Order: sequence, then C-alpha cells, then structure tokens
Amino acid sequence: MKKTLILTTALAGFAVSATAEELTVMSWGGAYTKSQVEGYHKPFAEKTGVKVVSVDADNPATPIKAQVEAGNVTIDVASVEFADAIRLCDEGLVVEIDHASLPAAPDGTPATEDFLPGTLTDCLVSTDVFSTVFAYDTEAVGDTAPDSIADFFDLEAYPGKRGMRKTAKVNLEMALMADGVPAAEVYGLLETDEGVDRAFAKLDAIKDQIVWWEAGAQPPQLLADGEVSLSTAYNGRIFNAVIGESQPFDIVWDGQVYEFEGWVIPKGAPNLENALEFVKYSTSTEPLARAAEWISYGPPRQSSGSLVGIYQGDGTTEMGPHLPTTAANLTNALASNFEFWADRETELNERFNAWLAN
Amino acid sequence: MSDAATAPELLTTADGRPLKSALAHAQARNKRRAFYLVLPLLLFVVITFLIPIGQLLTKSVYNTGFYSWKDRDAGVSIPLMVELREWFDETPADAEPDEAAFAALVAGLVHARETKSIGQIGTRINYEVSGSRSMFTKSARKAKDLVPPYKEALLEVDEDWGDPELWGAMRNASKVVTLDFYLSALDRTRNADGDIVKVDEERAVYVLLFKRTLVMSALITFLTFLLGFPVAHLLATLPLRHSNLLMIFVLLPFWTSLLVRTTSWIVLLQSQGVVNDIWVSLGLISDESRLQMIYNQTGTIIAMTHILLPFMVLPLYSVMRPIDPSYVRAARSLGATSWTAFRRIYMPQTIPGIGAGGLLVFILAVGYYITPALVGGSTGQLISNLIAFHMQNSLNWSLAAALASLLLFAVLLLYWLYDRLIGIDNLKLG
Repeated sequence: MKKTLILTTALAGFAVSATAEELTVMSWGGAYTKSQVEGYHKPFAEKTGVKVVSVDADNPATPIKAQVEAGNVTIDVASVEFADAIRLCDEGLVVEIDHASLPAAPDGTPATEDFLPGTLTDCLVSTDVFSTVFAYDTEAVGDTAPDSIADFFDLEAYPGKRGMRKTAKVNLEMALMADGVPAAEVYGLLETDEGVDRAFAKLDAIKDQIVWWEAGAQPPQLLADGEVSLSTAYNGRIFNAVIGESQPFDIVWDGQVYEFEGWVIPKGAPNLENALEFVKYSTSTEPLARAAEWISYGPPRQSSGSLVGIYQGDGTTEMGPHLPTTAANLTNALASNFEFWADRETELNERFNAWLAN
Repeated sequence: MSDAATAPELLTTADGRPLKSALAHAQARNKRRAFYLVLPLLLFVVITFLIPIGQLLTKSVYNTGFYSWKDRDAGVSIPLMVELREWFDETPADAEPDEAAFAALVAGLVHARETKSIGQIGTRINYEVSGSRSMFTKSARKAKDLVPPYKEALLEVDEDWGDPELWGAMRNASKVVTLDFYLSALDRTRNADGDIVKVDEERAVYVLLFKRTLVMSALITFLTFLLGFPVAHLLATLPLRHSNLLMIFVLLPFWTSLLVRTTSWIVLLQSQGVVNDIWVSLGLISDESRLQMIYNQTGTIIAMTHILLPFMVLPLYSVMRPIDPSYVRAARSLGATSWTAFRRIYMPQTIPGIGAGGLLVFILAVGYYITPALVGGSTGQLISNLIAFHMQNSLNWSLAAALASLLLFAVLLLYWLYDRLIGIDNLKLG
C-alpha cells in the first residue's frame, strides 16, 4: 500500500525517466488483442514512454502458473478469465491489487463504486464483459431464423453440424437452458447429479453433429467454410466477422452466458511498478471505453458505458446494440458462476472428457 | 590362437608392469580426451532434458499441496495443517474423526487463511473430492470465529465435513509421497475405506485412451509401412538421377511445417472441402451425403499417416540402397518364384530398416498431440491431448505427470520387447 502511494506520486517523473523501459502484456490474440493495443497499449506508451510489448497465448493463465512456479517470470500483466483469476489468486500466484489505488471516474465516483458489482476481486481488475452466444449462418438456416437457445439443439428445425467449445463450461449451462430451465436455476440444478445427467442427455442428442472448437478464432472460420451451420462463439469474434468481414452471420442472444475477464499481475513480474501503472491506466474510464470501440465486449465501469461510441473498424456502426450488457440482450442471460466452476470444473471436465471419448 | 589360453604366465612390458594395466593406462588418457569432447553435449542433455523430465516425473508421486506452502514474497516454505497431520499419524487409517481431529482441522484452517494458502489446500483435496475446494475457502473464512466443540461448529458451517470420503482424501493428501495420481491415471480411486476401486463408468476415460493411443499408433505404423515400403524400394532401385528427384518429393513435406500440413488436410477433407467437392461433382456421392472424413478417427489416421510417412521411408531407403540386386537374381535363377525370392531373400535384408522405421513412427505417434487436437474431433483424441488438458486447463500437473510417465513406461516396455524379439543392434536408422 505504502509502496503504491509512493509510486503514484512518482508517476509524474515517469515520462522523462522511463524512455527505455518495457512492459510485457499477455493476451488472447486476434481482434481481442488488437482492441487492447488500440485502447490501452498505444496511449499508455505515449503517456509514459514505457514500451508495451504484446504477446499472445491460448489461455494466459497457463503460462503464469508455469512461470511463477519455475521462478522465471517474463510477463508483467496478463489477461485472464474470471474463474482462472480466482484460482490463481487463491494459489498465491498473482499479486493483490489495492482497489483504492484505481483511478476514480471523471465525475469523482470512486473506482469501487464505479465498477460493476463483482468485477473487482483481490487480484483481478476487470477490463471487459464477454459473452458466449450462438451464431448462425443466415444463408444456411432456411426461412425461419433461430431465435432461442432451444433452436440450437433442435436438429429437426435446423439440421446441420454445430460448433461447440471443447469444454464442459458454458455447454452444460446452455444445454439446461435449452431444456427449459430458467437461467436463475441453472447452477442450482447443476449442483445435483440429476441436473448434470440432464445436461449431458441434452448434449447427447446432438453429439454426433458437433464439431468441437478450441480457439476463439475457429467458430467464425467454421461458419464461413460451411463446415457448421450454427456455432457457439464469443460474441466479439462474430461481431468482427459480421461487421469487419461482411460475413452473413447473426447472433442469437437468448441463452447467452457472460463472464468477466481482466488483468492480473504474476508474482515476480519483472516490471511490477510499471505493471501496476498500466493496470491503473488501462482500467480508467476513458481507455475502457476506447477498447470497447474495437471489439464488442462491454466495459465493466459504469462511467465508461455512455462513452462507447462508434466501431473504430468501419467508423459507422453503433457499438451499443452489440454489447452483451445491453438491456435488450440480457432478457434470458446467465452470468457465469465462477465459484461453481472453480469447485466443479475438475469433476465435470473429467466426465465431459469421458463422455467425449466414448 | 590356442596359445593364449594355454599360456598362464603374465605378459609384461619392458619396465616390468603387466601389459594389461599398462595398456589400460595408455588408453585412459585417450578415453578421457574423448569424454571431454562429449562433455558439453552430455551436460546439455542432462540440464535441458533429464533434469526437467525427472522433475516433472517426481510431481506424479510428490505433491505438497496439503503439506507445505511456499511464501513467494518471503521465499520460505511454511508447513501446513501441522496439527491435523499429527492426528493422522497417531491414529489408524480407519479412525473416526473425533473432537481432537476437528480442533486440529480448525487450527489448520485458521493458519491457512492467515498465510493465504487455503486455495492451494482446497485445490489439492478437490482433485480427490469434487466440490471440496469452496468448502475449504468458505470454512476458512469463518474458522477464526468458531468456538468449541469444533465438531459441531464445523458441521454447522457445512455438513459435508462429516463425509468419511473427505477425511480419507485428507489423510492421503497429508503424505507428500503418494501413488494416488497413478490410480487416477488408471481410472481407479480409493473409497471411504481406503480400498482401491474403479471410478464410475461415466468418468473412466484414461484406460480407454491409452488403449486407443496404442491401437491407433500401431495402425498408423502399419499404414506407413504399407505405403512407405514400395516407395522406398522404388527410390532404392531407380538410377540415382531419378531417385534424387523422387527423394525431394519425400523430403519436401518433411521440411514443411507440421501445422501447415495438418491444416491442409482440414482444407482437403472437411465436408465442404476439396475431396468431397470433387466426389460430388463427379456424381459419386450426393450433396446431402458428403462424407465426414475429418474431426474424427479417420481424419487423425489419415493426417498422421501422411505426416509420419518420411520417418518410415528414410530408414527403409537407407537399408534397401546397399542391398545387392544379384541376390534376388540368384534366387530367381535357382528356381524361386518372384514372391518367394522377395519373401525369403529381399525382405529379411530390410528388417533393420523396418524395425527402425516402425519404432520411430510408433514412438512419435504415441506422443502426437497437435494433429489429433486439430483434426481428431471427439473420437480421434489421444492420451497426449488429455495430458495437455491437465497441463494447460485443469492445472493438475501431478495427474499430467502420472499420465505422461505411464506413457513413457509403456514405450520403454515396447522398446525392451523389441530388443528381446528382434535385437536393438539390429536397428538401422540410416
């Protein structure tokens, strides 16, 4: 705490003294990394003179564990999913970040009140809300477009292959919602054996029609190739394919599962001071709104919401309707329950892997 | 020749030393020099290969999750759950947890909360008893305010604390050296009494995948042999001018990135891909019944056979090249049919190449990871994909290490079998 205070006061001196300094930020690649480079890295480098190096991984949580345990940390800041951040924090692999040191909103609201509830934890400062939705190829589904999560599991009305992420998370929730379970009851049901059986039974019905994907960039590719006609996907990836590449896809928001992700700092980060400065800067109101103009993931600060304007990729599309947090998209939405997944992921993935292999 | 055996007197050098030791002394210097030459390589292998592998393998039997906590800020190790581990040491394996045990547990929870090690403890037990992670974190938050009797107090927080399976798991985890991860890797677990039993059928996956990996690797090895043998023969018998050109075709894919070759197979084989398109346009299949040749076992076998083919062709070629064609001609002129001449004269001379190629392809196939991950779908997954899963996603490195060492032992066993059946000195790599 004391250290951070000294740092904050020393910030003014940074621009002059830190010309040769570097900061390594690890993220997920593709359009998502681009949004961060445009929204955070470039303005931060301009402001402080610290050179920000961007590296990518399939899931940055993995290299963090490996590096910290080996005592050879090269990453300063990493973007991880909420549940992973909780786990890393519990295992003492990432540093705690003092919420009081985060900058207040322009109108003076302190950060702790400005951030949406649950987006700040001991070690994580959220940068965005992303959502897993299902998308479809408008040319492949016929006259009546799918409009509910149940349609994704309806092979009669919508024949053809489906893309799904190769993991238990999100798929089980979507299966239950498609089976008529209200969003609010999904995790309660998944706590029971009957609920898990029911979810797997629902997945069983479409199992031989599923093409499994692992990287976020795959679903738009599978849809574009005509390999699948419907696919679960991260909403930002579909947005970029539709707006940026004029693909004939559409998103069904019904049954979306949204989750937070954000920055953590590994223990032993080589440039801890700059890392803290970077986290503070990039999660202030203005940069969060800028990043949301590059990919349709919602900012976690209330004060950023109204600042999000036009998609910077084409300069014409209003960003608002495409964010997962827009009211119209939240009618039947589920917030991913990190506590549930931190607890049950081992067991459910074991069962999922066995189900998959048989 | 027979003199040496019958002459018992010792041979000596001019200065009277026994010849044997004088020779050994003279050679020792040369040996030492030769050793210095390979020393850098030896160090390199030890530091970058043996030590890391050894470290990872020890993780499969050594897990300190419930035992000690490394404070990375201070750089010291703090022992965890000391009182509870003492209680486990003092009581027999089937002892019912009494008030003393619960008091020890609460003391451990309070300490873990203070040192922020509760996540590590919960994660360790969660490997064995699913859902226990949040019990630990939740109870640790409240542990400080609990008052005796601790048994009732803790059961009040969460009644699952009375679960004998949980206590069994804690007892197992309190020993840092454990074989439990090997049990998991073989789809086995301990029940509440500590007996080893099979896991539920719906969670058993590893044995199935081990079998699948071995069967598919054997099949792929056989396919590469079937495809590679004629090619190698052609290369070996053509005039050098032509065979060199053909050799480029064998080596060209060898020099191309693995990822590129795998993704090219996706382009070719997917249901909207080149092969299906051609068949549809030729009228062989209808547009609705396009064949699913990728994202399943078929895709994995096709892609891996192609990718591993050079590893079969090259050793075969190097063995076939020096085989004198006059042997086969002699057999033919002595009345053998061409099949007999091939079977009894040519084929036996290629055995060292078949052995080398087969062993090479098989061992590479057993550990293959990227190709099945990309084209394997659900049925084409190999055990390496689950090892990667536990390394990268579930972060259960002990289980990943146990799976990996089982795979390593299986390969070593096959290597030993090969040595017994065919002889390792019969191996010719090039």
